[in-house]
Amino acid sequence: MTAVSRKVLARALAAVFAVALAVFIIGPLAWLAVRAFADSWTYPNLLPDGWTLHWWEVVFRDRSLGIAVQNSLFFAPLTVLVSALVCLPAAYAFARFEFPGRRFFLIGLFAANAFPKMGLFVSLAALFYAFNLMNSILGILIVHVLGTVVFMTWIPAAAFAAVPRSLEEAARDAGASKLRVFFSVTLPMALPGILVAAIMSFLASFDEAQGTYLVGAPDYMTMPTQMYSLVLNYPTQVAAVFSILLAIPSVALLLAAHKHIVGGQLAEGFQIK
Amino acid sequence: MTSNPTLSRAASHAADSATAPASDGAASDGAPRTGGAPRTGGLDIKGLTKVLGGRTIIDSLDMAVRPGELVSLLGPSGCGKTTTLRMIAGFLTPDSGSIMVGGREVVHLGPEQRPSAMVFQNYALWPHMTVAKNVAFPLRLRNRPRLSKAVIAERVDAALALVNLLHHKDSRPARISGGEQQRTALARALVQEPQLLLLDEPLSNLDAKLRVKVREDIREIQQRLGITTLIVTHDQEEAMSMSDRIAVMNQGRIEQFSTPAELYSAPATEFVATFVGSLNRVEGRIEEGRIVAGGGVLGIRPEDVAFVEDGDSGSSADAGLPATVERVVPRGHFAELTVRREDAVLRSFATGAPPAVGARGRAHIAKWLEFEDGKLVRKGSA
Repeated sequence: MTAVSRKVLARALAAVFAVALAVFIIGPLAWLAVRAFADSWTYPNLLPDGWTLHWWEVVFRDRSLGIAVQNSLFFAPLTVLVSALVCLPAAYAFARFEFPGRRFFLIGLFAANAFPKMGLFVSLAALFYAFNLMNSILGILIVHVLGTVVFMTWIPAAAFAAVPRSLEEAARDAGASKLRVFFSVTLPMALPGILVAAIMSFLASFDEAQGTYLVGAPDYMTMPTQMYSLVLNYPTQVAAVFSILLAIPSVALLLAAHKHIVGGQLAEGFQIK
Repeated sequence: MTSNPTLSRAASHAADSATAPASDGAASDGAPRTGGAPRTGGLDIKGLTKVLGGRTIIDSLDMAVRPGELVSLLGPSGCGKTTTLRMIAGFLTPDSGSIMVGGREVVHLGPEQRPSAMVFQNYALWPHMTVAKNVAFPLRLRNRPRLSKAVIAERVDAALALVNLLHHKDSRPARISGGEQQRTALARALVQEPQLLLLDEPLSNLDAKLRVKVREDIREIQQRLGITTLIVTHDQEEAMSMSDRIAVMNQGRIEQFSTPAELYSAPATEFVATFVGSLNRVEGRIEEGRIVAGGGVLGIRPEDVAFVEDGDSGSSADAGLPATVERVVPRGHFAELTVRREDAVLRSFATGAPPAVGARGRAHIAKWLEFEDGKLVRKGSA
């Protein structure tokens, strides 16, 4: 076998692999997209029997679905905000101070993610009943923030720790107070990492279903919890329409982030260039 | 008034950059300044002590730097020179002692309140700000009086002009070279018009060629502004070439504090003699040009060992003892010889065409230092 033919073979294999990967990733999405416009779609037909916008109409006419969209767009930004207020100071403390139990608390943050979520939520529900938090905005917010604590602490902590101390010292030497140093040097330099954490928290909150369902249903339905009743009560086409709607904010956010990733600042947070 | 071309250049520079920080009427009297006219206060350290983890890092250190003087703290790593600098800058609190800058006690002040400005070893530029923003930052923090934008811009330009960096005003620190980053850091320190300029290993991150240029630049600016400066370095050549005086530190103490020339010709201790310049260290004493056992320790500078090959004529052709060349290391404009005499093996510097390995001749010791218990007791010469 010559070197040239070996090179061609290697390229062909790479191409096959790329196509397989594309099918694996895009295939289900394409199916979903087609499904959302399908009238009926029976085996073994490769394409639906007919096309319709009927399922979109169903979704948009259903008032409860609109409310779910509103709820989701209410909880996700609020979760990011509250999570940032609670976690960023903790992240800074983990990054900059040595205190007893530091490692224990840092590892302990994973506890919420270490157990099966449903088990955690059931015990949480018992507590929520006691404190009258069931079916309340605060209750749902607590559940959502709980799911973002790990991102919002670990990633910014790493970002804060990566800010060289000499840069902070240089600012103090220049005459800045400790607070000024934080807002002028430490925070802007850690910002890419914090933005990454914020995006991940937003998506985590947007996607949270189990805990929201347990605490909020039926008064507060978000888009993912609404999915459950859709899958149970409607034909699959409605679920397909709804998952496309559910994906829009995430995709939009990622596209916006992508613009900045290429722009550079977020790339530093993601460590890619 | 001066025949030194560098200094008269400095003076003419000072005249045309009238807006430079700390540049006032002093340069306008027409006479060229010889540089170093002090504009700032001195530094006075008394009884400075720092204990870290049960170990005494700095042991009751006293040092006085005169106004406008450039002093190097020279020593091996771990000798406490950086700790001393950080205590002066305010990043470390001493356990006891006093630090006076310009006659004012600063030991209880935080770094942001001290009248000193520091250039960090890694420059510590803020990567999210442009060069101009970096330099403007200290000015933007001023409250009393609050500086207007126009004044800040003017002073930033002046500082950047001083370090020859105006063309990189709007560049990010990551986009400029190491030497330019260093000059940015220097401009950021100078724009504060500090009483005391502190430099932590300012040349260690630069390549050898740039290092020589930057140290000349720093010296020139320091002279022009007449600013009291303290440099921490482990590089004796750097310290020798820049400083008015050098404080050689070892194990948390100052071993000797004097001019570069004196440090070299009359080192107070054996440590200083070995740390500054190269030295043949031989145990024994010299009698009739010959090293004999007993006494203390001899320190012989390689340039004070003269090797004359057999057959060469010269004033010292028959002085010294028979010797053989064992090793020749070319060092550019001179060669380092290792010669074996019957009493010792000595290093010697030879200018001109070096002899070959194995060449025979005579080696003569012209000058030597005698140490007892690590202290200089006598300087001898033949």
